[in-house]
Amino acid sequence: MTSIGNAGEHGSEIDGDAKKYLIDGYLPTIGIECHVQLNTATKLFSSADNDARDAEPNSKVTEIDFALPGMLPVLNREAIRKAVRAGKALNSEIAHVSRFDRKHYFYPDLPKGYQISQMYQPLIIGGRVDLPSGEHVRIHHAHVEEDAGKLTHYSDHTLVDLNRAGTPLIEIVSEPDIHSGTMARAYAEELHLLMIYAGVTEGDLYNGNMRFDVNVSVAKPGEPLGTRAEMKNLNSFRAVEKATDYEIQRQIEVLKSGGEIKQQTRGWNEVEGKTVLQRTKENAEDYRYMPDADIPPVVLSNEKIAELQADFPIMPAEYRERFAKIGVDDSVVRVLLNNQKLAEAVAETQDMAGDKAAKRIANLFSSCLPSEDDTDQAKKALNLPSVEHLVELAKMLDEKKISSTNGKDVFAEMLKGDDLPIVIAKKKKLLQVSDSSAIEKMVDEVIAAPESAKAVADFKAGQEKVLGWLVGQVMKRSHGQANPGMAGEMLRQKLSTK
Amino acid sequence: MQSKIEQITANIKAGKTTAHEQVEQALKIAKEKESLHALLETFEDYALKRADEIDAKVKNGEKLGRLVGVPYVAKDNFLTSVGHTTAAAKILDNFESPIDATAIQKLNAEDAILIGKANLDAFAHGGSTENSAYGPTHNAVDNTRVAGGSSGGSAVAVASGIVPFALGSDTGGSIRQPGSFNGVVGYKPTYGMISRYGVVAMASSTDVVGPLTTTAQDAVIVSDILAGQDGHDGTVHPDYFKPQTTTVKKKSVIGIIDDFVSDGVDEDVKKNTLELADKLGQAGCEIKHVSLPMAKYALAIYYIVVPAELSSNLARFDGIRYGVRNKEAGNIDDVYGMSRNDGFMPENKRRIMIGSYVLSSGFYDAYYLKAQKARTLLINEFNKLFEDCDYLLCPTAPTPAFKLGENTDDPLKMYLADAMTVPPSLAGLPAISVPNGTDENGLPIGAQLIGQMKDDAGLLNFAESVEDIVNA
Repeated sequence: MTSIGNAGEHGSEIDGDAKKYLIDGYLPTIGIECHVQLNTATKLFSSADNDARDAEPNSKVTEIDFALPGMLPVLNREAIRKAVRAGKALNSEIAHVSRFDRKHYFYPDLPKGYQISQMYQPLIIGGRVDLPSGEHVRIHHAHVEEDAGKLTHYSDHTLVDLNRAGTPLIEIVSEPDIHSGTMARAYAEELHLLMIYAGVTEGDLYNGNMRFDVNVSVAKPGEPLGTRAEMKNLNSFRAVEKATDYEIQRQIEVLKSGGEIKQQTRGWNEVEGKTVLQRTKENAEDYRYMPDADIPPVVLSNEKIAELQADFPIMPAEYRERFAKIGVDDSVVRVLLNNQKLAEAVAETQDMAGDKAAKRIANLFSSCLPSEDDTDQAKKALNLPSVEHLVELAKMLDEKKISSTNGKDVFAEMLKGDDLPIVIAKKKKLLQVSDSSAIEKMVDEVIAAPESAKAVADFKAGQEKVLGWLVGQVMKRSHGQANPGMAGEMLRQKLSTK
Repeated sequence: MQSKIEQITANIKAGKTTAHEQVEQALKIAKEKESLHALLETFEDYALKRADEIDAKVKNGEKLGRLVGVPYVAKDNFLTSVGHTTAAAKILDNFESPIDATAIQKLNAEDAILIGKANLDAFAHGGSTENSAYGPTHNAVDNTRVAGGSSGGSAVAVASGIVPFALGSDTGGSIRQPGSFNGVVGYKPTYGMISRYGVVAMASSTDVVGPLTTTAQDAVIVSDILAGQDGHDGTVHPDYFKPQTTTVKKKSVIGIIDDFVSDGVDEDVKKNTLELADKLGQAGCEIKHVSLPMAKYALAIYYIVVPAELSSNLARFDGIRYGVRNKEAGNIDDVYGMSRNDGFMPENKRRIMIGSYVLSSGFYDAYYLKAQKARTLLINEFNKLFEDCDYLLCPTAPTPAFKLGENTDDPLKMYLADAMTVPPSLAGLPAISVPNGTDENGLPIGAQLIGQMKDDAGLLNFAESVEDIVNA
């Protein structure tokens, strides 16, 4: 914490040297609200299928989602379990008593005329997200609520699809601890990782599984926080970063030219790369919040909370620390963390076969998995070999049974089936020959070959670097299977003594 | 008093009558009493077909339900897959429900036969059934007077002999007060004893489902079937209702609520209530005079909390997915505004406006929250009284049934008719209105008995004793 932070009701906490955030003498202050769709089997208050991808409009809808008269919500316990686990990922406290409230507005995507949310007593309280940069963002709270339906507007009519209406969400509300577009993006990315690692969401941004509302204000350090503008429904990390940067600049320019920032909601125009005014506070809705008497309070004892959070997976920050300790490159760590399966496999390799094997596998993952397979679908479809097989591959590399180049080929094969790496290496003739008599035979042939005459002469004349060419000749004869180290040693020996 | 339901089921089982005969008779009386306008719709084809199916079961010696062949009607705010469900409001004029309310399902599963839907104040907003979009129901004893409400149609259907029991809903007195006005039993269970699933919601924190019957024993029979969890209503208590067969404890301590036998209460109502207290004393009960000082705030609390909740519950009636949409509306705001303007009655609109006001930003703490705090104080007073008393006694309503049109221009006067039924509703307590004689003009008067939370079986058992004493 430094003294440069702004004073305000919810004071901002700044890590390290806050001066680096200043732009033209202004300190941007940013808070983010993130909606996360929970991947439960059914909706928050009905038995409708919660997975509406590719479904016909209004085919995943029960009488409850349709808001027939007399229908009552019945709370999905699994949604509470997932939310409580999300709370653990956020390092939050879980409320012993939380309640649901109604938020009213008229819109055709909201069949009941109110959204069931948690206004007064949310389930998830406080928390903290640590960013890879070493900075952190505090969480104010996160509440459970239901999603609305989807409208499709045409020139003279609008169609309503209620498949998404009633999907469970948690809305994670950060403290205003963010101070740049880069940091906003890093926070959004880290939240995404946390929620995926906790297993509470599919995390598919393209399909709106996570959506970000970014609140931006700027003020001179030491002065009260500036008036904020909110950009709603950003659905990519890039949009979070760009919209934040744009909005910071816009507000600074308004202030510098003597203008005043009005509280408002702005939309992000991706194509033009700018934020546009949607509505000002004067015509903001009055949501008439009230407790929802149809839903009994959620009461959780410490024992129950522990039970709901049991068997918790390892979180990204822990992997980061583990992998850094065994000397895995930062760039490789990023690749691993981006896919929980990879991080898990490397960690398990470490548990089973030690640091060296883990590092080998980490590097193999980073260099062999095609980067275009970075989509959520590809990640899910990726069929990683078992850890036992990975450990065996690492051992083969370690024992020089296989060259590092051929190791990549074997690994590529392992992704396609369940064959043992040794079986693949044999089948593809990729095993290194470390049998000294076999290598000696090839070394002798190479030395005797007419095309080697010049190189042999050069080496004897003291030109060490031609040894590589000679080793290459041995490798060629062995179809890449010879142990190059052994071949080199043998060549050196024979050429030096002759 | 003899149970009408048991008479019918015993006779059907003994082959002395058939379900078909019972349904035909009910439909015949319904036709004769049509001018009372108790029913909005009858289901002749459906009911006779059901009756024939049930008669076949009787004939084949199959297992029979506990309400075999008993005709009944439901207030038209219960969803029924047969016929319409209008809640007596124009906005649902064309609404046909795809499903049955839990209460309907449970009764049908016991071989009861739904023969029609009963009139009510639109969306159950009212105490006279004059707020129905389809015209008022007339009192069963004096057709120049109101039926009471909002379950007026259900009460009159029972009082006029069409059916032995009817389903009603009670938010602040809507079963008990029309029961009192028509001389039948109206029972409001503990909040959460019976699933509300499929009942058009009025106020979520006080709505209950209950029966109107001719005897307390019939209320027991029907309640035993309706009570318990159904998985569709998260507020239902784990099953606790167990009918009591033993006679009432002779030493019961009865608290008579003095605040409700004071000035402003009809003289005959007062007299009958105090006489009943005396008779109970002679029968061995200990009579205590008790006071409920918070009762004078009950209506004020009620008319903040209930409009707030109903304004929310009525938001779904927007003309978008079902119900009547105004055809002239050219944009979304007009679809909402014009459809709702057409579809709601003046009393609906009045309450939606009050509710929206007390929930609006800046007023929530001053009205809604304060009312909820006062509600807690009222509950505390009840709890205090129940430290010394087993049951509380007071009139069900300050007056017998008033004249049709007498109070329609004065909502506040109309609201006063609920002054005695509202306090137990706010506290979630079980309460029952049993006939307690008549006034000098022969108009029925009801006695309200109030029990402790979840002591429904005890209360009904006590009500049976009260019936015996009144009729002795």
